[in-house]
Amino acid sequence: MELTWQAIAFFIFSALTLGGGFAVVTQRNIFHAALFLMLSLFGTAGLFVLLIAPFLAAVQVLVYIGAIAILVLFAIMLTRRLMGLTISLNQQWPAAALAMLVLFGVLLLVLTPVGDDILGQNWSANLPTDGDTAPEVTYITVREIGVAFSTQNGFVLPFEIVSLLLTSALIGAIVVAREDEAI
Amino acid sequence: MVPLWMYLVVSAALFCIGAFGVLARRNAIAILLSIELMLNAANINLVAFWRYMNPTVINGQVFAAFVFAVAAAEAAVGVALILSIYRNRQTVMVEDVNILKW
Repeated sequence: MELTWQAIAFFIFSALTLGGGFAVVTQRNIFHAALFLMLSLFGTAGLFVLLIAPFLAAVQVLVYIGAIAILVLFAIMLTRRLMGLTISLNQQWPAAALAMLVLFGVLLLVLTPVGDDILGQNWSANLPTDGDTAPEVTYITVREIGVAFSTQNGFVLPFEIVSLLLTSALIGAIVVAREDEAI
Repeated sequence: MVPLWMYLVVSAALFCIGAFGVLARRNAIAILLSIELMLNAANINLVAFWRYMNPTVINGQVFAAFVFAVAAAEAAVGVALILSIYRNRQTVMVEDVNILKW
């Protein structure tokens, strides 16, 4: 694989995503952790651009970074008394780290071509190993998503259901977070 | 283009980091952040498989958009629950919230 600009961008955005994610779980200051989450989400948006999903990249920036992360920041500031705590991990963190390292190792063995030699069994045989064999995207993805969301043969019913879910979740959030006790 | 397994490895690493955060962090808000990381890992997988396996139809991206909506709902309810707990117990540390524990 030659080092094309796409590969360079992929490694940069991957480093942003994983580095930000690692900082999210290791930062002692929860406010900094939320800011690093924004960095990680931004890296993911870059990966979406590389995968020809510009709509999802825009939604990632607008909804995740612009709304969800800000919502979490508000929650942090409303519970600010506990922001500067020194102990951020509980006692079981070594076991959790070990379990996640083992899980990651197993996933590496299963997903990568390197693991096929070790396992002697090609679990990822049906996956394309060469990225250049992927078919080209010859249409405008944003328009196709809009069509899929609004046509009967597409996803109009799931779209309405998820709208209902979001509305009910927001109403439920208001009810749960209300100040008065009379519910 | 980079091969598909690189995206899958990034996604797997992000998921493992998020799962570690859920298991190991004490702050409930940090656990919420870690859940967002895991949802993002799932989204990277969805879009990567769409791009490499079946980009002729848009279904993979549509599914990822649904994940966005569900993640937004989850974050709103999670933050509301944490604020409610904080108001009642004056803490957001998960080991201090044990009223449902026998």
